[in-house]
Amino acid sequence: MKRTEKDTVESQGVVSRRGLVLAGLQLGFMGVLGLRMRQMQIEEAEDYRLLAEENRINVRLIPPSRGIIYDRNGVPIAVNTPNYRVTIVREDVPDVDETIAKLRRLIPLDPDALEKSLREMYRRSPFVPVTLVDRLTWEEVAEVAVNAPALPGLTTDVGLSREYPLGEDFAHIVGYVGPVSDYDLSKLENPDPLLQIPEFQIGKFGVETRLEGDLRGRAGTKRIEVNAAGRVMRELGRDEYTPGSDMQLTVDHGLQNYAQARLAGESAGAVVIDIETGDLLALASAPSFDPDLFVRGISSKDYASLTENQYRPLFNKTVQGQYPPGSTFKMMTGLAALRAGVIGPSERVWCPGYMPFGGRRFHCWKRGGHGWMDLDDAITQSCDVYFYEAAQRTGIDRLAALCNEFGLGMRHDIPMTAIREGIVPSTKWKAQVRGEQWFPGETLNTSIGQGDVLSTPLQLAVMTARIASGKAVKPRLVKSINGVEVPVEPAAPMEVSTSHLRFIQQAMYNVSNGRRGTARRSRIVAEDMLMAGKTGTSQVRNITAAERARGVFRNDQLPWERRDHGLFVAYAPYDKPKYAIALVVEHGGGGSSAAAPPARDILLYALYGDVPPLEAYPSDQRERIRTQHEEMDLRPRQQAPKSPSRA
Amino acid sequence: MSYLESRVQTVPTGFHKVLYANWALILLLTAVASVGFLMLTSVAGGDMSRWAEPQMKRFALGVVVMMIIGMVPIWFWRSMSGIAYLGGLGLLVLVELFGTVGMGAQRWIDLGFMRLQPSEVMKISLVMILAAYYDWLPLNKVSRPLWVIIPVILVLIPTALVLKQPDLGTAILLIAGGGLVMFCAGVSWWYFGAVVASGVGLVYSVFASRGKDWQLLKDYQFRRIDTFLDPSTDPLGAGYHITQSKIALGSGGWTGKGFMQGTQSRLNFLPEKHTDFIFTTLAEEFGFVGGMSLLGLYGLIILFCVISAMQNKDRFGSLLTLGVAGTLFLFFAVNMSMVMGLAPVVGVPLPLVSFGGSAMLVLLAAFGLVQSAHIHRPRSR
Repeated sequence: MKRTEKDTVESQGVVSRRGLVLAGLQLGFMGVLGLRMRQMQIEEAEDYRLLAEENRINVRLIPPSRGIIYDRNGVPIAVNTPNYRVTIVREDVPDVDETIAKLRRLIPLDPDALEKSLREMYRRSPFVPVTLVDRLTWEEVAEVAVNAPALPGLTTDVGLSREYPLGEDFAHIVGYVGPVSDYDLSKLENPDPLLQIPEFQIGKFGVETRLEGDLRGRAGTKRIEVNAAGRVMRELGRDEYTPGSDMQLTVDHGLQNYAQARLAGESAGAVVIDIETGDLLALASAPSFDPDLFVRGISSKDYASLTENQYRPLFNKTVQGQYPPGSTFKMMTGLAALRAGVIGPSERVWCPGYMPFGGRRFHCWKRGGHGWMDLDDAITQSCDVYFYEAAQRTGIDRLAALCNEFGLGMRHDIPMTAIREGIVPSTKWKAQVRGEQWFPGETLNTSIGQGDVLSTPLQLAVMTARIASGKAVKPRLVKSINGVEVPVEPAAPMEVSTSHLRFIQQAMYNVSNGRRGTARRSRIVAEDMLMAGKTGTSQVRNITAAERARGVFRNDQLPWERRDHGLFVAYAPYDKPKYAIALVVEHGGGGSSAAAPPARDILLYALYGDVPPLEAYPSDQRERIRTQHEEMDLRPRQQAPKSPSRA
Repeated sequence: MSYLESRVQTVPTGFHKVLYANWALILLLTAVASVGFLMLTSVAGGDMSRWAEPQMKRFALGVVVMMIIGMVPIWFWRSMSGIAYLGGLGLLVLVELFGTVGMGAQRWIDLGFMRLQPSEVMKISLVMILAAYYDWLPLNKVSRPLWVIIPVILVLIPTALVLKQPDLGTAILLIAGGGLVMFCAGVSWWYFGAVVASGVGLVYSVFASRGKDWQLLKDYQFRRIDTFLDPSTDPLGAGYHITQSKIALGSGGWTGKGFMQGTQSRLNFLPEKHTDFIFTTLAEEFGFVGGMSLLGLYGLIILFCVISAMQNKDRFGSLLTLGVAGTLFLFFAVNMSMVMGLAPVVGVPLPLVSFGGSAMLVLLAAFGLVQSAHIHRPRSR
């Protein structure tokens, strides 16, 4: 708007007057502040000085004890043990080098760790206590305490540190704790004051991270009186901390140990699930690692040896590893075709060893062909051509929908880290992820669990449990919290007809027990524990023309990382399903030779609740199994301590 | 053409601008910041590298920014005020979106060398847009209801966004800062009286409703208000800190315990002693004399700003100067009231003294605007 000269002059007058008024108000308020300061610092100064001199009360946090993690029987997996340590306060030490030299005469000092602690000490303010050495034995700490007068500035104290008595067995499930990093803090808007305590540890991986909120507990406080030098004179009162909640997992420590031992030497993962409750009884990933290494702060040498190992010990094969399911996927293809009504249970398909499609041949694994196949034959003998035909009639989207219902391509949310979803391709998936349209040939690849399909052993175990029970079993890992059972949600029935499921179950029975079954060698002979399963072998490569010409395409002639993955899924007992298992041996070769035998052994352990008797095995294998059991380095089953939950 | 632009010929140009800068103000700002360096060294136990040195670097950077902003003509900044306001709103919305989607609740944007809090920027942008608004509005319309509602909306939009973070302290500062500029622009006393009266009435009726069947807030909300007003119910939190802060401050006496001799601060009684509670350490170690000196320095800054505003015949320039001075006042008044136990604990730093780069840089940039207004003020030949 136009401004007149008059308006400008007048408005300037207003602004000046109001500015002066405001300045007056502000100076007035500053006067109030000054008076308040005068009142506190001059009139009441003596009172405050007395308070400051006499009543030097400091509030310190008492870190809560972290919740204990137990297995399903109450055997401890993660516990807190006393950690004796020596702390140093720089400003109280007359000569750091001399004091360290004196200390070295009393207890052994690791030069690397010492240098790290000293650097930490110089970085912090001189009055902040810094841990110099920790994890001392009782004798060592007593030695230091006795000599305390000669070691000014050093104090001994005891804290709690996390320990994993079952070591490597549970590293992938339970994970580990570690010191709070700046990165951890930066992620939190309002961090718990506990996290500022230098020695405080939080979950870094696995259950320890995912259930951090429950496990941590709440800090207590103590009011202490300190003298002018800051030394603690006496404690005036305290609010006790609230300990973290104890967690009981669904895992069985004996089975987990057996599974880890059985898979030792391979790069493999196995998941055992209770078909009725969804309890995960074992999640074995081999090779594993020692979680205590991480709690103490892993050395770069140890870390490098873990990351450079081609079997990837830090990689959790059970929930993070995604593999083409291969022939273990064929139950899904068969069931989808039955549900869609595009193929009858006893309808036969001719397998000449290949199927011509879109101008090329899709081969069956058996070059000569299987001849006439019905669904039962096709699953038992794992005929590829039958499933090409079945999937082509069903269509990819109906197949994908069924897979999702059985938990493939879906996230099973259990409290572990790095859980992957896998992939079930569909027209929608391809449009979204690749921005391309679906080619009919891909349906054929998908039908036998190759192409883009990826699933984790956890997903395959859940799929198997759902096939066995006909119910939407949900996996769970936490059995009880602080002694209160977590209720099991009753599983809803699957939307497939019982008679269709029966066909699939019968075919899986024949895979394990039938005359021509691919897993017949790994059957169970104990009468009430007969097993039903399915083998799978998934290619991780294409056989190159050059290799074909040279004739090198047998697995054992290839370098390890290009060999096929071996898979096996199974459940038992056949007539009254109790446990399901999925097992993947990375680059282990065929499913029947690499994956079925250990899967059978682990399932048997689950059924018997201990190392299975030889009678359960076919008679010609018993001798070999006996030596195998003798050579296995098993931890004896433990009894739960008297009171598993803190009374 | 505004009054200002018609007198452009009389405004200093080129290097002369530096000579016409408000040097007294620069010296005062440096003096206050130096008090900060001294106290930051003290609370780090004599270790300058911990807080004092980074703070000095940021102050140096801030002074350069201030001078650059000051050299640019004030009419350019006036033309930028709309963009500054919308940009500030945009940043607030941005942190709101990112804050809820996956980055944890956060109020800042990482620029690499510092974290920028959009709410800091908004405090200054708001002063700019309001100053520009009243620069444009003829005086006879200033108090008409329609023309009062517009600036009220301009204040309430960012306030609502900040409240959503939630950051009550900043929201109060925004409303107070906006009200301050409106007051200086000459909006009728009646409006302010009405706002104060209805505020008092609202607070009274909320408290009067407690326990009645027409209770206006939920019980847990009342409990939150209780802890806010009487922090001693929260033993780990603010109540304990306020008590310790008062002991430290009061025990300083006339001249204090001497540099780095403050027992209370040294014994780690004080929380956040390098940020929100730094005034306590100053008052403990340098006593009443030290505390009053800092208060005096702040007072002089405000005085010089008011003088500069009164000399300035350009309405935008003088409103901006008063607004920036008022913002500075709100900061230190709230902070000091807090550490002296006169106000509840809200996280407001002591301007130019507390450790923290974002607040200092924004404040110095704002004083750059004050310099620009001062240098480019219309002069009679």
